[in-house]
Amino acid sequence: MAQNNNAEISRPVKRSEVSKIRWTWEEMKNNKTAYFMLAPFFLLFIIFTILPVVLSMLLSFTDFNMLQMPPHWMGMSNFTRLFLGDDIFLLACQNTLIFAAVTGPVSYLLSLLIAWFINELPPKIRAVVTLIFYAPSISGQVYLIWKTLFSSDSYGWVNATMIDLGVISEPILWFENADYVMPLCIVVALWTSLGTAFLSFIAGFQTIDRSMYEAAAVDGIKNRWQELWYITLPTMRPQLMFGAVLAITNSFGFGAVVDALCGFPSVDYAAHTIMHHLNDYGGQRYEIGYASAIAVLLFIIMFSSNVIIKKALSKVGE
Amino acid sequence: MSKKLRTRGHRVVLNRSAGGDTGITIMLTIMGLFMFLPMYYVVIQSLKPLDEHFMFPPKFIVINPTLDNFADLFTLMGDSWVPFSRYIFNTVFITICGTIGNLIFASMAAYSLAKLRFPGRNAIFQIIVMSLMFHSTVNQVTHFIILSAFGWIDTYLSIIVPSMATTIGLYLMKQFMETSVPDTVLESARLDGASEFRTYLTIAMPMVKPAWLTLIIECFKSLWNSGSSIYIHSEELKTFNYAIQQILTGGIARSGAGAAATVVMMIVPIGIFVLSQSQIIETMGSSGMKD
Repeated sequence: MAQNNNAEISRPVKRSEVSKIRWTWEEMKNNKTAYFMLAPFFLLFIIFTILPVVLSMLLSFTDFNMLQMPPHWMGMSNFTRLFLGDDIFLLACQNTLIFAAVTGPVSYLLSLLIAWFINELPPKIRAVVTLIFYAPSISGQVYLIWKTLFSSDSYGWVNATMIDLGVISEPILWFENADYVMPLCIVVALWTSLGTAFLSFIAGFQTIDRSMYEAAAVDGIKNRWQELWYITLPTMRPQLMFGAVLAITNSFGFGAVVDALCGFPSVDYAAHTIMHHLNDYGGQRYEIGYASAIAVLLFIIMFSSNVIIKKALSKVGE
Repeated sequence: MSKKLRTRGHRVVLNRSAGGDTGITIMLTIMGLFMFLPMYYVVIQSLKPLDEHFMFPPKFIVINPTLDNFADLFTLMGDSWVPFSRYIFNTVFITICGTIGNLIFASMAAYSLAKLRFPGRNAIFQIIVMSLMFHSTVNQVTHFIILSAFGWIDTYLSIIVPSMATTIGLYLMKQFMETSVPDTVLESARLDGASEFRTYLTIAMPMVKPAWLTLIIECFKSLWNSGSSIYIHSEELKTFNYAIQQILTGGIARSGAGAAATVVMMIVPIGIFVLSQSQIIETMGSSGMKD
């Protein structure tokens, strides 16, 4: 905190001379510009990020629905309804966890592996390869092409190829079949997931000094795997943390991909996630209180997975 | 140490096995094809004439490439209720306003958090880092309530203003400023009598140009790619992405035009990335998060 900082020479007030509160106040007055420069961003941040979170928490205990005023205090009943009276929510929980547990770690490891693989390529080639892997994540709705590739008629490339090879006799209804919907969505989500974390890893690998590897080779590091585990990853730990946060966040945010591919609601709710449930109650049925309870649970899931992963990552290379 | 150290000139040769190199090349090729082929297929689809779209089996090559699909796109959208140009205007307008706003606000805040020492600085930064941990769609419902309290539902403001406070760009810029703007330079500017704001504008900002580009592409990609939003219901305020989705629901006959629209949309972010890749990677070098 700021209290630990050395008071600069130009400042008239020395910390030891005054009480802590008084010192903080003086520091705040001395740094008026800092607050002014922070204010526009922070004000918007409070209104559009912090306030919605606080509001969700409050409304989750009410039956607010935008029509009947004032809303009634419901205590925990929204939460008990979620777990005891809403089968689709439980299904959504299950789907969300499967989706996040697959896309999060896999996209994370893919980003890391590919960044590691391309690290030793010559710079020009590396730039091209980086573009190939990164492009799907910035190209917006280009993932809709998967719907064409897996189209349910025989003009879909996958169906046509399989019919041509004699594997199947008639087209498979990929996105209308509850068995295929989830795996397909996961594949497409992974396809779009090599984003900011991937770039961060590439940069992380490049900032490591070659002399460290040479010293390690002298010290008896035998192969590139040992090099990765004992030198590269521990040095890159800050990037690994950053990448993990983004991977977790994104693994819960693929709702739009699912909507675009399977429609809403997906067949038999096969790809119905908590995010969809939230939009269903919040955006369509206007049961804001109930939707807020869903949002609060989702917050808890996101934060706890972040905490767990951070703990695990601090053990890398030990 | 049992193994003998190999050297080339004065440099130590790192331990690299031929098997490892081959394995990595094969894996990289497979994954590269998985990433690349769908992108390639979009481009091919956009160049196929109508009869080739109905060919069985569909081909990964185009026999008679044509630009008809791009022309169709304009005629198709020409007879729609809202003119084609309006959707493009909406996307461009939202993206430019949001990105510029984010660049100004976030860089000012980043400078303040990275280079000025004031009470509350760490706490504020911690809150911003925490916000990276949850996906913004979780806030959609209460966001809607706040926007309607401002009377911004169904206006450009509902998309533009919240996007100005996107935290990822601020985070990356703050980390980059900490490592690449030396305090001594700022100190001498202050001694010369420059105000803090002036120091930010004329000394710090020119030194972090790579971070501008990173912030721009982070903000740009989310705005440019925004599709239908629950905050917008007027047709004439909707984005180009929304229009593409409508075209594609028209079935296979429209798939050429749909692919053409997708290509138009993806060229822009890819182009920006190609031009700014090295600067973005440079910024990412300092993106790490301390535990």
